[in-house]
Amino acid sequence: MGQFTPTPHDPDARGHFGPWGGRFVPEALIAAVDELAAEYDKARLDPEFVNEFKRLLRDFAGRPSLLTEAPKFAEHAGTRVWLKREDLNHTGSHKINNVLGQALLTKRMGKQRVIAETGAGQHGVATATACALLGLDCVVYMGEVDTERQALNVARMRLLGAEVIPVKSGSRTLKDAINEALRDWVANVDETHYLLGTAAGPHPFPLMVRDFHRIIGIEAREQILEKAGRLPDAVVACVGGGSNAIGIFHGFIDDADVRLVGVEPGGSGLDSGSHGATLTAGTPGSLHGAMSYVMQDDDGQITEAHSISAGLDYPGVGPEHSHLKDIGRAEYFPVTDAEAMEAFALLSRTEGIIPAIESSHALAGALKLGPSLGPDGLLVVNLSGRGDKDMDTAVKYFGLADGGQA
Amino acid sequence: MSLSDVFSAARAESRAALIGYLPAGFPTIEGSKAHFRSMIESGCDLVEVGLPFSDPVMDGPTIQAAAEQALSAGFRVRDLFDVVAAVSDAGGRAVVMTYWNPVLRYGVDAFARDLAAAGGLGIITPDLVPDEADDWMAASEAHGLDRTFLVAPSSTEERIAMTARASSGFLYATAVMGVTGARDVVSSAAPALVARVREHTTLPIGVGLGVRSGAQAAEIAGFADGVIVGSAFVSAAGESDAAVRALAADLAKGVRSAVAPV
Repeated sequence: MGQFTPTPHDPDARGHFGPWGGRFVPEALIAAVDELAAEYDKARLDPEFVNEFKRLLRDFAGRPSLLTEAPKFAEHAGTRVWLKREDLNHTGSHKINNVLGQALLTKRMGKQRVIAETGAGQHGVATATACALLGLDCVVYMGEVDTERQALNVARMRLLGAEVIPVKSGSRTLKDAINEALRDWVANVDETHYLLGTAAGPHPFPLMVRDFHRIIGIEAREQILEKAGRLPDAVVACVGGGSNAIGIFHGFIDDADVRLVGVEPGGSGLDSGSHGATLTAGTPGSLHGAMSYVMQDDDGQITEAHSISAGLDYPGVGPEHSHLKDIGRAEYFPVTDAEAMEAFALLSRTEGIIPAIESSHALAGALKLGPSLGPDGLLVVNLSGRGDKDMDTAVKYFGLADGGQA
Repeated sequence: MSLSDVFSAARAESRAALIGYLPAGFPTIEGSKAHFRSMIESGCDLVEVGLPFSDPVMDGPTIQAAAEQALSAGFRVRDLFDVVAAVSDAGGRAVVMTYWNPVLRYGVDAFARDLAAAGGLGIITPDLVPDEADDWMAASEAHGLDRTFLVAPSSTEERIAMTARASSGFLYATAVMGVTGARDVVSSAAPALVARVREHTTLPIGVGLGVRSGAQAAEIAGFADGVIVGSAFVSAAGESDAAVRALAADLAKGVRSAVAPV
């Protein structure tokens, strides 16, 4: 099956996955999302587009990414663990898959200006990279809080020629960056493409972003069959907006015996109220253009998410995850900041791989899941990004600058 | 009194209706009630009671800041109905303007029921298009509320026709591609959009986004049935009730001095 082959899991023509998804956007944006959906429908079936996308993935992003066994880490999980190495992609995370696809679409639509939101900065850096490669103008909205905790990524984006605009409204994090990008899009939609960074938002984004990331699952399935001789018992991925998870899940979605496990940011713990576990603790609502689980109060005001990982710090989630949760095809549970940081240190020390803190949530999930599978069990963990960008957080968390040891 | 009566009454005087917006609870619950009374007394034919929302993607800085202030002062959705009832008690007519998520959370039918009970006439839905509005269609029918959907310069003919069919009371035409906020000149896109909409419907058409002065109101009154003013009222409310009254009076004069479109 090809990366863009329509699946039985696709949404309806207006983007509904069961009761989830759709288009909860101002009328002013409908023409733009209609244009985008129509263009994507043509592009996904156009060999020229698909081949150019594949060429960029191979020659620019460095795909296929490796599947690496992690035997020493696995001793702590009590089961066999393989890592899908999205951290080895150019720009250091899975995000490059989606931005290359959407940047090519932007060119196809004849638009010259790209806007994007970013939380941790990974999507912003990836977008700035694709825009530099393809000669597009790039503006990245980033919550002011995030520009402070990810200053290095701000510098990267600027070096790549992007304009970074700190967002000072609301909670000054990812959700507010998305609000500001949407406001820009409404005002400049004729010449601008909004390059959304996760599998959320109005149709066609959840479908399209998922398809650009399906390559992760397609590769992982082939690789694990070749290397381990069988399918895994479970595929584990972290879920903020949910793009890396939906990408790897889709490679295994029709393998009924493979559990699909999404690990959410539990922050200081669900009881603390300070977390970002939207699927575990949220309720249905519309945010940023789609129906999905959201974190909100009794009045439907969106509440702030909290996570040590800026990339998971989001009170919404892609609508297909809400659907997969409801129909029971995927399962979701949270791990805390502390559990994620423990996994972060453990993988670094045991395997020589420093993971992103986002991906460390998936690793912590694997540590929890492993014992129930036993030594003959087999997990594939999506290592969605590398941890270089998180060193500042790690230095503070573990006191590394003062001779501390993780 | 229904929304169509509001527009027929204005039409009978050969003028456009003046529609003024403020967020409920800005600067306080009681303060917003007082401002709404002033808007009604000074010439607003209809008021839009805004529901402050945490993530107002259609709003510019002025209304964002007002909504944030109302929410941090403890505004709750139930207070909205209190403010609407105060408008009704003062002899005014109110519609609610709200992002959709708070309505979803409250329950679409329950929200419609409580709004109707408070004397509200309908809801303007900036981020709900008719395509997703099945529940709202049913609830508005059940409780006798009008539905104001938006059309934009980017709307296709098919969408304008579909949106007009789904609407009742009046249609909201967004004058510019952009978010709310006072602007110096009336967009040239507005008359063209209104002309396109008239091809598809006899519903009254209100024009909003960027209107702040009597002169602009007069210009819009030359081609639309209603002139909608939001951010300018929010700025005035940030100053004083006298400023709110003065703005309403200036705008009310404007809608009575329509200039022919160029």
